[in-house]
Amino acid sequence: MALRKILGMETEFGILHRRAGESNPIAASSVLINSYINSLDRAGTASPLPRVGWDFVDETPANDARGMNLLAAMAPEVETHLVNAVLTNGARYYVDHAHPELSTPECADPLSVVLYDRAAELILIESMRQANRNLPHGEEIVIYKNNSDRKGNSYGTHENYLMDRTTPFARVVAGVMPHFISRQIYTGAGKVGSEALGLSSQDVPFQLTQRADFFEEEVGLETTLKRPIINTRDEPHADAKKYRRLHVIVGDANLSQVSTFLKVGTTAIVLCMIEDDYLTRIFRLAHPVQSIRQVSYDLSLRRPMELDDGSTITALEMQWEYFDRARKYADDRGLEAVDQTVGEQVLARWEHVLNCLETDPMQLSDQLDWVAKYRVLNGYRERHDLGWNDARLAAMDLQYHDLRPTKSLFSRLGVETLVSDEDAAVAVSEPPKDTRAYFRGKCLQKWADDIVAANWDSMVFDIGDDPLRRVPMMEPTRGTAAHVGNLLEECATSAELLRRLGS
Amino acid sequence: MAERTQKQRPAPQRSEESVAEAPARSETGEKLKAELDDLLDEIDEVLETNAEDFVKSYIQKGGQ
Repeated sequence: MALRKILGMETEFGILHRRAGESNPIAASSVLINSYINSLDRAGTASPLPRVGWDFVDETPANDARGMNLLAAMAPEVETHLVNAVLTNGARYYVDHAHPELSTPECADPLSVVLYDRAAELILIESMRQANRNLPHGEEIVIYKNNSDRKGNSYGTHENYLMDRTTPFARVVAGVMPHFISRQIYTGAGKVGSEALGLSSQDVPFQLTQRADFFEEEVGLETTLKRPIINTRDEPHADAKKYRRLHVIVGDANLSQVSTFLKVGTTAIVLCMIEDDYLTRIFRLAHPVQSIRQVSYDLSLRRPMELDDGSTITALEMQWEYFDRARKYADDRGLEAVDQTVGEQVLARWEHVLNCLETDPMQLSDQLDWVAKYRVLNGYRERHDLGWNDARLAAMDLQYHDLRPTKSLFSRLGVETLVSDEDAAVAVSEPPKDTRAYFRGKCLQKWADDIVAANWDSMVFDIGDDPLRRVPMMEPTRGTAAHVGNLLEECATSAELLRRLGS
Repeated sequence: MAERTQKQRPAPQRSEESVAEAPARSETGEKLKAELDDLLDEIDEVLETNAEDFVKSYIQKGGQ
């Protein structure tokens, strides 16, 4: 039985500190996040947000799903000394690798992820507003939700999916790798040109994704160089005997909520099929790294990819096969693991989008990021008779992702939304009700002063004379409103909570 | 629910060097063109004034 797909996303944002002379992105990111946190303190709400730091004990980014622990110099580091906050909606907001980064709380279905991803955007927008109030006149911190600076540097938007530990990792790799390569036809955020060596603007005037250029390996532990299509980081932040967390680094940052919904929804369903060993056809691509770029560079969606048996298949055909199998899976087994209702919405949207991509992708300019971006950039290009290598198009490519409401090109394109900004505004400070994020967020709302540190799978309380108390949260599906809502409401103090939890 | 019939189509003949094609053009009806024109007029007002400087100045550190 496929496990409930608890899922979440973490986004590294681009940051510019404009007209500032010497610009230091780490300092700017710290100013950004601290300004936001301080503004919450000042809001004088009934539950002011304190500075509850992240607890790094148990973080093991060097553990590899293939069974080693690489403590070599190349393994990812954990930065322990930079701004690092936990929010009352259960999210984590911090500086990582010179970018502000926000991890959504754990969500129980793909639509909830869309909601909390939009909430993350609202948090970044408010952070800009707060930070800029305190900067010298003329200076401004600007945030971009994208993955590429067009100069060879990339930063990620990662997805995380809870999986059954007993599913062999090799089966996961074989089943999901082709999906990551072919889903780009609807998940891509679009990009002018290419950063791959030796490719000019004429070779690749516009491509489907921001990230394809940066992937050089099929499977591996790296995240900052020689990036692998499948990342093997083995850090479940949960009971490691039961669970795996698949850490996915290959996707783009999406502004379109439809793109986000499909990105995480289709992947969650594919992973369910893998857990239930339901895929009948496993695509073995002859050259996956080459294919991921070929798919991104090919706006016709019809360039055939080579399989290792000599046959070929296009990205669109591959997605149709995944969809057809998912449709059958839904009818046979149901979609409880991604929420039945939301799962059916994913399938309906997936089918609709594939149909449109097949007949005329431009129909999707109000649903998919790459199409919306292509339409406006190509329209501008034709109006002013520009080549694709004109700086104005590159500038528009970046400005598409500018999160400032007055400057964002995306916000002017009439792209369909799936969640309301009213609901997203609530999600800025309220946790999901249906995962352990609820327990984390509600404890922070009620007893922030008593919480010394928090991380994904535990919280540490200081209730006075006693030693610090660590409350483990090893089950992502527990600590929900249904499980602990009444308890949290009844307890007046955290000491009482701990007593009743038996900690 | 009937499964979607698999479409049989011959593999397109493509050379390795072929340039990526643009997506098929949607109906270039008057209305669609007018909408796009209005949109381009609107965004003209918010575009970065010096595109080249902006693009040059947009540098990020590598992340994950």
